[in-house]
Amino acid sequence: MNIAERSVIMDSMTQAPITDFEIDGPVRARVENLSFFYGEKQALINVSFPIHDRKVTALIGPSGCGKSTLLRAINRMHDLYPGNRYQGQVILFPEEINIVGPEVDPMLIRLKIGMVFQKPNPFPKSIYDNVAAGLWVRGIRKKSLVDDRVTQALKQAALWDEVKDRLRTSAYGLSGGQQQRLCIARALAPAPEMLLLDEPTSALDPIATARIEELIMELAPTVTIVIVTHNMQQAARISNYTAFMHLGQMVEFDQTAAIFTSPKERRTQDYITGRFG
Amino acid sequence: MAEHTLKAFDTDLQELNSKVAEMGGLAEREIADAIQALTRRDTELAKRVVASDPNIDALQQEIEEKAILTIARRQPMAVDLREVVGALRVANDLERIGDLAKNIGKRVGALEGDFHPQKLIRGVEHMASLVLGQVKHVLDAYAARDLKAALAVWKGDEEIDAICTSLFRELLTYMMEDPRNITFCIHLMFCAKNIERMGDHATNIAETVHYMVEGHPIPDQRPKGDTTAFAKTTAT
Repeated sequence: MNIAERSVIMDSMTQAPITDFEIDGPVRARVENLSFFYGEKQALINVSFPIHDRKVTALIGPSGCGKSTLLRAINRMHDLYPGNRYQGQVILFPEEINIVGPEVDPMLIRLKIGMVFQKPNPFPKSIYDNVAAGLWVRGIRKKSLVDDRVTQALKQAALWDEVKDRLRTSAYGLSGGQQQRLCIARALAPAPEMLLLDEPTSALDPIATARIEELIMELAPTVTIVIVTHNMQQAARISNYTAFMHLGQMVEFDQTAAIFTSPKERRTQDYITGRFG
Repeated sequence: MAEHTLKAFDTDLQELNSKVAEMGGLAEREIADAIQALTRRDTELAKRVVASDPNIDALQQEIEEKAILTIARRQPMAVDLREVVGALRVANDLERIGDLAKNIGKRVGALEGDFHPQKLIRGVEHMASLVLGQVKHVLDAYAARDLKAALAVWKGDEEIDAICTSLFRELLTYMMEDPRNITFCIHLMFCAKNIERMGDHATNIAETVHYMVEGHPIPDQRPKGDTTAFAKTTAT
């Protein structure tokens, strides 16, 4: 499946596309004119961009720009609270289903699209149970299969060597960086199509951060990754595509190299060069 | 453009700019003095030109250090990154211009004897004043980030290359006329080539200005008029 994807820069007044340019490569999901409302308040305004298959897409922008809101819309986290409303579409390929469509079961989405949060949040259980949880929820109970998948996930998350002798001990015995890698292993065990990371290293020290970044780069060829980060250098280091958001709008979307060396939009340039506010 | 939230970043970039401007001023002065020393065979002036070149070299060192420190400290992006890289490249070109002027100064002492080919000297002077103009204009373009002015300099190099080619042919003629002229003509040939190279460096700076403003190099081929490499002895 090779879809040449068009990306757009939005005019801030009319929300009409003013420029578009080709970015090639297969697309795993496409966000189309997505708007989101927390009750009466509109937090996302007509957002459109592609999520490329097995590439890392970074969402950057100042506080309150809607990047976390957008991320949470992709796996229907907002459904957990009343009064939230989606408009527009997020099409997942190759199934071609609209992720935010009311007819789609959010549980189904969350089984395909995993999420890791800013603060490591392992369950109050053993390391093994944490990683196996996602499999058990899907009804995969055969011990040998679960053992294999847990081992594989912990190896993928670069945590196996550190925990292989204490799989039955509490997850809370791990350091912050290890707990975060455990959360990543937990998200990976059910072999998701996509992984959403919401500022996964904000709470970690530089060494743990570097290890997680290295992990993301190792995972990227096998899993589509969308990462929200307020650390621009991180976005520059690990992502293939970057989307800059401001006040709920998608201001600019492009290959990371272009965004950070010669962005097209003035607002993007002001933000990444530290001239904002 | 708006200022950086972190004022020290703006200060760093301004310092880079002013060092490059200072270096540019020194380079212009060296060119002018070197040509004057050459055309008037002023060996004292030539010695001063040679002695002043280390100042330009020292400035290039300072600019490199400042640029590297700015990159390490500020992690510049987009236009800021291009500014810092631009300053590094321009400093490099200016340092080479200084060296070429110094080399001309070194040769002045070797131009002795009664051979005074006025036409040739005029030719060299003319080419040199064109090049000095190119260097001045391109440094102004750099300071103002003026794309149009930079492109004008970029296109102007062809004329200088053409003059160098015709000077080359004239020098060949003089050398063939009388072998006693050969030493003088060879030195003058090197000087002419050095001046032509200065023009090329000015063109490099123009390309850097384009890159800094537009974010990508000039897509066209650089106009080339220097055909001395293809000149044969039997050519008329």
